[in-house]
Amino acid sequence: MIATIIRKELSMLFASPLAWILLTLIQLVLTWVFLGRLDAFLEIQPQLLQIENPPGITEIIISPVFAMAAIVLLMVTPLLSMRLLAEERRNHTLTLLISAPVSMTDIVLGKFLGLMIFYSVVIGLIVTLCISLLLGGTLDFGLLMSNTLGLFLVAACFSALGLYVSSLTAQPVIAAIGALGVLLGLWMIDLAASEMDGWLHYFSLLKHFGHFNQGLIDTLSIAYFVLFMVTFLVLTIRRLDGERLHG
Amino acid sequence: MADEKADLTLSAQDLCRNYGDHAAVHKVNIQLKRGEVLGLLGPNGAGKTTTMRMLTGNLAPSTGSIEICGIDLLDKPQQAKAHLGFLPEIPPLYRELTVDEYLLLVARLHRVDRQAIPTVLNKVKQRCGLEDRGKHLIGTLSKGFQQRVGIAQAIIHNPDVIILDEPTVGLDPNQMREIRKLIRELGVSSSVILSTHILSEVESVCDRVQIMHKGKMVLDETMAGLQQQGTHLETVFTELTHDNE
Repeated sequence: MIATIIRKELSMLFASPLAWILLTLIQLVLTWVFLGRLDAFLEIQPQLLQIENPPGITEIIISPVFAMAAIVLLMVTPLLSMRLLAEERRNHTLTLLISAPVSMTDIVLGKFLGLMIFYSVVIGLIVTLCISLLLGGTLDFGLLMSNTLGLFLVAACFSALGLYVSSLTAQPVIAAIGALGVLLGLWMIDLAASEMDGWLHYFSLLKHFGHFNQGLIDTLSIAYFVLFMVTFLVLTIRRLDGERLHG
Repeated sequence: MADEKADLTLSAQDLCRNYGDHAAVHKVNIQLKRGEVLGLLGPNGAGKTTTMRMLTGNLAPSTGSIEICGIDLLDKPQQAKAHLGFLPEIPPLYRELTVDEYLLLVARLHRVDRQAIPTVLNKVKQRCGLEDRGKHLIGTLSKGFQQRVGIAQAIIHNPDVIILDEPTVGLDPNQMREIRKLIRELGVSSSVILSTHILSEVESVCDRVQIMHKGKMVLDETMAGLQQQGTHLETVFTELTHDNE
């Protein structure tokens, strides 16, 4: 049953121009960053040769591209997640799913996984972009792997949060603004926490992603991502169930 | 007695639904046999839509029980919903899909056997007069055709209980006649509950009528019974639901 929902989500996503425009824009922005970093690398290459144990192209080009990608996905997720439940509710199509022999869990997971498949395509394109560097050198595949994993996990957290915010309202625009607000808030924590240098850091999604970005696969970060994701998915399911009970 | 019980496709006992202090539906009983078309009448705000949403699992009742074909809707929602087809007041249509894509999605959601899907799709389109609209986007169809797609969506999996909330609203007289004919056909093999404001529609389509007023069931009578008493549905309706405030 989840497969049916995933299929529906993807076909409706790709039936609209939104998905294609976003794919193009994301790729455009990241390629721009990629080429910029490549240019910078070629400029400083002679100096790099003089120092001992210099950073490789993976660290100089790929890590910044992934760091940028995380921020781009943070901006893009609300646009994609807003339609998931808020639009269904506004168009009165949620009734169709609820009246069908499908559980709430299937509906929520199907929608979430549908979005994750879309992000797999986005991340796949970024990885392809990076692998093109093999034409002129070697890559640190460990670092590339940890970046890919980190980006995938952080995108999953963004999506779970976006899905939850979308379940709260019948107005897609409100859902988008709400999700963007919360995600930006979680990002801003970084700035606020830097002075206090304390526990607030643990709540920042991008801070945890930073570890992956440097090639550090930290169990604490993975645990935080998984917890974050599961919490918001469960909240979404509960919210939909609650609506049936109380609404 | 045992036969009678087996023939019951839907049985709702003492349904109540409160919104805060306000009781939208109070102690409503509905029983439906196979091959019966029930008309649910009542003034606006009487609780018809709330009752229908409870019967289809879109809303949980505050108290009371619902059984669909002997399966408890609250305990085993998925098995029970497999026997249900529901057309809400506003048809749940994805405007950006074509009729074929949409019906295919609904068939999958209702677990129609994969091999049977093409035949089922053709049959349902033929029944609802949508044969030459398969490739059209739902958003571009007229209100009448959208309503037909909504009905097609409710009957595609051949459910035992079909619940239609104001199915003929916004249709022209010809379309209304066609839909009524279709409802009578559906009533042969399944049970149908239909809510409406048009009394003549009930007289022409339904076997039994229940009238709701202020959340309570105030009449439960067969059409034949009404005829025997020589009373008009309209007189009964006005008497029962008229407020003297």
